[in-house]
Amino acid sequence: MATKQNRTPANINNDPVPFFSQLGWQDWLYAIVLMASTIFAYAKYSQFMDIYETTFLFGAGIVFSVLGWCWKPFRLLLVGIAALSLFSINLYQGDLESVNRVFFLKFLIGSQTAVMWMNVLFVLAMLTYWFALFARSAFTGKVATSLTWAAVLMGFVGLMVRWYESYLIAPDVGHIPLSNLYEVFILFCLITSLMYLYYEQRYATKQLGGFVLLVVSAAVGFILWYTFSRHANGIQPLVPALQSYWMKIHVPANFVGYGAFSLAAMVASAYLLVNKGILVSRLPSTDVLDDLMYKAISVGFAFFTIATILGAVWAAEAWGGYWSWDAKETWALIVWLNYAAWLHLRLVKGLRGPMLAWWALIGLLVTTFAFLGVNMFLSGLHSYGTL
Amino acid sequence: MTNSKRLYELLSSMRFAVSVLTVLGIASIIGTVLKQNEPYANYVIQFGQFWFEMFEMMGLYDVYHSAWFLVILVFLVTSTSLCIYRNTPLMLKELRAYREQVTEKSLRAFSHQHEYATSQNLDQTKQDLSHFLTVRGFRFRTVKHKDGSEVIAAKAGSYQRLGYIFTHAAIVIICIGGLMDGNVPLKVEELLGNKTVESRDIPASEVPKKSRLSVSNLSFRANMTLPEGASADVAFQRVRDGYMVQELPFSIALTDFRIEHYPTGQPKSFESDLVIIDPDLKEPLKQTISVNHPLIYKGIAIYQSDFQDGGTQLNFNVWGILSTASKAIPLAGNVFGKTAFGEGLGALQLEFIDFRKFNILNLSPDGKGKPHNVGPNVTFKVRDSEGQAKEYVNYMQPLQLDGGYYFVSGMRSTPQEEFKYLRIPADSNFEMQGFMQTRAVLFNKGLHQEIARRFASKALKSTDDVNVKSKFEASVIQLLGAFSEGGFAEIAKLIDASVPKAQREAAAQTYIKIITGAAFEAYQVGQERAGIKNAKVDESTQAFLQDSLNAISDLFFYGEPIYLQMTKFEQREASGLQLTRSPGKNLVYSGSVLLVLGIFAMIYIRERRIWLLIKPQQNKVLFAMSANRKNRDFEIEFNRYQSQLSALLQR
Repeated sequence: MATKQNRTPANINNDPVPFFSQLGWQDWLYAIVLMASTIFAYAKYSQFMDIYETTFLFGAGIVFSVLGWCWKPFRLLLVGIAALSLFSINLYQGDLESVNRVFFLKFLIGSQTAVMWMNVLFVLAMLTYWFALFARSAFTGKVATSLTWAAVLMGFVGLMVRWYESYLIAPDVGHIPLSNLYEVFILFCLITSLMYLYYEQRYATKQLGGFVLLVVSAAVGFILWYTFSRHANGIQPLVPALQSYWMKIHVPANFVGYGAFSLAAMVASAYLLVNKGILVSRLPSTDVLDDLMYKAISVGFAFFTIATILGAVWAAEAWGGYWSWDAKETWALIVWLNYAAWLHLRLVKGLRGPMLAWWALIGLLVTTFAFLGVNMFLSGLHSYGTL
Repeated sequence: MTNSKRLYELLSSMRFAVSVLTVLGIASIIGTVLKQNEPYANYVIQFGQFWFEMFEMMGLYDVYHSAWFLVILVFLVTSTSLCIYRNTPLMLKELRAYREQVTEKSLRAFSHQHEYATSQNLDQTKQDLSHFLTVRGFRFRTVKHKDGSEVIAAKAGSYQRLGYIFTHAAIVIICIGGLMDGNVPLKVEELLGNKTVESRDIPASEVPKKSRLSVSNLSFRANMTLPEGASADVAFQRVRDGYMVQELPFSIALTDFRIEHYPTGQPKSFESDLVIIDPDLKEPLKQTISVNHPLIYKGIAIYQSDFQDGGTQLNFNVWGILSTASKAIPLAGNVFGKTAFGEGLGALQLEFIDFRKFNILNLSPDGKGKPHNVGPNVTFKVRDSEGQAKEYVNYMQPLQLDGGYYFVSGMRSTPQEEFKYLRIPADSNFEMQGFMQTRAVLFNKGLHQEIARRFASKALKSTDDVNVKSKFEASVIQLLGAFSEGGFAEIAKLIDASVPKAQREAAAQTYIKIITGAAFEAYQVGQERAGIKNAKVDESTQAFLQDSLNAISDLFFYGEPIYLQMTKFEQREASGLQLTRSPGKNLVYSGSVLLVLGIFAMIYIRERRIWLLIKPQQNKVLFAMSANRKNRDFEIEFNRYQSQLSALLQR
């Protein structure tokens, strides 16, 4: 292929450039630093990791490299998270009490404070997005995007530092912060807004930010309520069933699903508004919205499928069977069936229009019930995140 | 169209498939709303006899194993299989075909097409176009037409079609795997009358053959509770309101069960040391299992599922709480055992139900404090000679409540009730003696005179009037008498009977003062009787006595005249194991892999076709493009190619 290319200048031919040739020196530097850090982490902590965790470590190195290559801003985010988290961890000096002493930890990048900053920034970003939408201000839109990035950065720093904090409590208490509702709600906010930021760039539209951040802000509201009213923001040790490497991939995969479905639902609400003739001049066309909705649901569906399968494999190890018709499992199946039917109508029947948008919007109710309602109203094996 | 043809059309239609998905979803909800596999008695209480039977008939207590749910699954498998059968040949044809036999007319009918004029010669054009297609990942075929024109038929992303086949085949495979691990064979055996569910509470060895499942049973999910030091070669499979005995090809012994705790008291790990005894093994297989780390032996996976008591040895002090006895009677028993206490009409049977060594409770008054371990408790029933039983739960160590320390015992008459708690204050040595001695003195009418005398001499120091003193003593004795017959409730009755309404409030206050003062003397008497001279008295004694009086009043509502104070235990635990044989597991897993591959293929591979009709005579090239899914990406791609081709052909 390359030899043929030499025959005529590439710019005339418009030949697509192979993926690796598209990468610049920053990409390579990024990947090399990432892999070097991975190897460093492995060298330092390999005696505490089993084969699965080692695989996840290197898998993460590779996945984040590729993610950064495909979506350039991600590189900066990752570097930012690493820098701030390491700085914060360094400030702890191995003492949990530092949070109340050290200025930066107390007010900026301690785990709880970073999460609080995330909360504040998300709400600010939402308001700014709405302002940008109504004022048709491109500059305000850019500010909103920056605020969202900042919120994501702080959220991830909060989680990273929390991860470290859990080991400070006691080495055997330490675990990845994906084990209760407080922690997964943070993850939900982060993944949903990251996915939004990706599509914002892909579709070059900032008008949907207000819609998507609405659902993120709702989650922020929950985090605040959970923190101040329930005091459920503390780090709890893991019950035996959760002590498994599976948690590190089952939970994130699930939240890519939940996040994508929520994103789709919010886009669907924008679609329905445009379809009714509301905000038409300010929002993208229904074609774009429809396409975005489809993309989000298909990503969500793929990851939700993986998550459910991983859950089944884990259940086979922890509960004695890959499928126990536990309430959470069953509702995951219902969510899956719901979007499977949606995709059938869209892909096989070629159906478009407000009907699918309504469906995607109502799908959010089903998803929310599976995510939250099951924990509130039903009992079962998944009772880690009770309200 | 014949009926069978029509049925085939219906079953293989997408309409039907989506309907089945919906019905399956709705059916699944039922089982999450209605608690599954509860003891049937609970359902009767919840719904009443009529609805209980109705729901039982509909199989709502075990929805996911009911016949109608299986039927839905079978429909799903059938529908999906027929979909595959119906569409796969078409899909494979599409996957392979280049559709090079197109006419110019049909290409012109495409919604996405464009015509270019080109001045290049045919060979150069063909070479350029081949290159154009190749670098963009298209494969193509070239066909020459009679009129000298040539068609390049190209395609990319054909494997999207495989996605369809993969996902649908995956669903069938997963469902078949699931059905294999389900209870279909058992259901059939039940229908044929070969097997019946056992619901009697009898030893496993006595369960008749009809309720036993042989070693060769294809798939099962059964449970076994193994006390430390015991072994078993059968497990129990719960079926509706009864069970079946599952025989195992080996026997399992439990040597030790351990629970580790975090510093906060939450459980950190459950571990069982197992020994597998099997004639096929040269020596017994020793293995420790824990949650997330099962043992798989002979295709049977052995999981740590839960734990319970395995018959802990218990020792008690039995206090006759309504008697004048100040000493306790020792008693021994064990969990799951029964012990008789007393004789004649007052004979009681003690049935020990459970012992728990660790109890994590949050005892802070506002509920905001941290939960912590409050030590062991024992649950038991006390059955009287008429067969009536009350249930009690007693904590071994005093619990810290509202700033004081109390021995706590819960009581209830029926399992539906909440426990009502009796709090007995611990004395300054954190023992129960202080309370029990005071109680014994207060209940001993023979000592009331002495208490009254001491109290009067202290309270009426300033007067020497014998009349006043003896009057006071008499009323103290009367109050003590009432109190020893029914606590504060009895005193309230006394007030109601003898004091005019207007003065009752004041009288009650006075009486309480007197009782409290008398209790102080009773406490002293009790201490002396126990051989403690000049017992230390301070503020805490006052609080202790106040609590004691309240507790004594509550004793009359405790239900039984005895209090069991646990003094010693020798724990014996039992491990709850789950044993499963699921031959469908690998099928389900491979189906899952296929499903993921299929979904990614279906969503992320985009099938597109391009036709380039080169007409050398007219120096024109017709470009047409199609996709089986026309979406925004397709539009963007078409526009890009259109302009790129324009640049390529018209330079």
